[in-house]
Amino acid sequence: MNSLYYQKKLSRNVGDKFFTSLSVFCALIAILPLIFVVTYILIKGGAQITPELFTLEPNPPGDDLDAGGINPALIGTLVITTIASIIAIPVGVGGGIYLAEYSKGGPFSKFIRFGVNVLAGVPSIIAGVFIYALIVSTKILFGSMYSGFAGGMALSILMLPTVIKTTDEGLKLVPNELRYASLGIGASMYTTILKITLPTAFRSIATGVVLGIARAAGETAPLIFTALFSYYYIVGFEDLFYEMGSLAVLIYNFALEPYDAQNKLAWAASFILVISILTVNIFSRIFAVFTEKTKRV
Amino acid sequence: MIKNTKKSQKKNILSLEDVSISYGTFEAVKNVFLNFEAGDITSLIGPSGCGKSTVLRALNRMNDLIPNCSLKGTVLFDGTNIYDKRVDPVEVRRRIGMVFQQPNPFPKSIYENIAFGARINGFTGDMDELVESSLRKAAVWSECKDKLNDSGYSLSGGQQQRLCIARTIAIEPEIILMDEPCSALDPISTLKIEETMHELKKNYTIIIVTHNMQQALRVSDMTAFFNAVEYEDGDGGKVGYLAEFDSTKKIFNSPKEKTTQEYISGKFG
Repeated sequence: MNSLYYQKKLSRNVGDKFFTSLSVFCALIAILPLIFVVTYILIKGGAQITPELFTLEPNPPGDDLDAGGINPALIGTLVITTIASIIAIPVGVGGGIYLAEYSKGGPFSKFIRFGVNVLAGVPSIIAGVFIYALIVSTKILFGSMYSGFAGGMALSILMLPTVIKTTDEGLKLVPNELRYASLGIGASMYTTILKITLPTAFRSIATGVVLGIARAAGETAPLIFTALFSYYYIVGFEDLFYEMGSLAVLIYNFALEPYDAQNKLAWAASFILVISILTVNIFSRIFAVFTEKTKRV
Repeated sequence: MIKNTKKSQKKNILSLEDVSISYGTFEAVKNVFLNFEAGDITSLIGPSGCGKSTVLRALNRMNDLIPNCSLKGTVLFDGTNIYDKRVDPVEVRRRIGMVFQQPNPFPKSIYENIAFGARINGFTGDMDELVESSLRKAAVWSECKDKLNDSGYSLSGGQQQRLCIARTIAIEPEIILMDEPCSALDPISTLKIEETMHELKKNYTIIIVTHNMQQALRVSDMTAFFNAVEYEDGDGGKVGYLAEFDSTKKIFNSPKEKTTQEYISGKFG
């Protein structure tokens, strides 16, 4: 008869210990890159942060004394992501509504879902090349070539699948009883979606949209083909139709410069980009928790 | 079709003529003839899978929302076949409201839960008054009056269900359909809802599906007993049919059919 007490040397207990520690070890390794990357950027970039950074234009490479600031790139990233959001959010939410509420699971909606998944897997550079071929090289937008507008369109292609998917999934989580309740008292499909289903799913949709924006804001490759880069302040609406700087492309350009001042500027831009994406992610979590609480009074 | 002579002066408000309903190729219920009279509470009883809920949902076209569900025959409401191609299901549901098995208030305030339906139906009168009168009719006003701005979820299950009834009343339907409204509730809440139904009877026609035979006996004037039989080809599938329809008293005291007798005495179900 075996003793009922725990025996360390039993082969199943040894194996159990081994695999537990192995999985903990792997989990630690998985988190290491994140910790290293973020701390390295925080240390290297954090040291370069000055108030002028946010207000000045970058100086042309060659002047090793003072690299200037990143104001145009910062504003450019904001402008380009805003354009991307303006295009991707209505189209994506609309598409998601179609998939979740109107489509009856026929071949057409299956095709769209498949297409969305494919689009989500398309390398971001392809989106850039596509917009390059469609808008930049054809000069279709009032004769302008590289422009902030084209950059926004390229990023909107990358945001679209995230927005469609989260809308679709968010709406599917809304219990059918709620739809029936609304339809059962004579609401039309459109009132039901607008007044009942969408507000109920708002939290998950908003979280998905915010994550999509955060992803788009950090993209480099599509912008190299579309918005290119600019050293100059963005002053007016017409600047949308000219080359526009962005944090990601600034990092790409200046990190490759042989001058120390430009490299430092790239570190500073990395710092700001990482911090803002982290902030957006954390903000979306807090937002999710906050709305969750208010909903269940 | 057995007609109760005493009630023949009442007006037929809704009638099913040779209605068969299928989900895809599976026939759920077939050849139903039924007349609902205005001002009555009619209960639909029967064992699981006999199609009583399916029939109820067919009465205000909620079955449209279930993929593959199709209906043959005519459902006459107010002289119109509601399955006519020209009929707008939204309009049908405005005049035939529905209360569901699970209490399903909207994630809004109690006040908004009532006001929502009225507003989309173009109600222009005094909304405060409508909210109060609807909640009163559904016998939930005393519990709600001090917290109209709280979420509908803050109420107990029974209160939520009465809120759902109030929400349906607020659109002033002619008929209220109830799909096992008490099956998720405790006995005290059930009793309150039954009292509510007796109140509502003065103004509305009510059709209720219930698994609880005592409830059918307590609340309804007429009872329709549905049963299910195996297909003749014998592949094990069952199809529902209307076995007997009569006044509740007759169904429970002297049913004509043997299966009704067996069902109400608890021999199967």
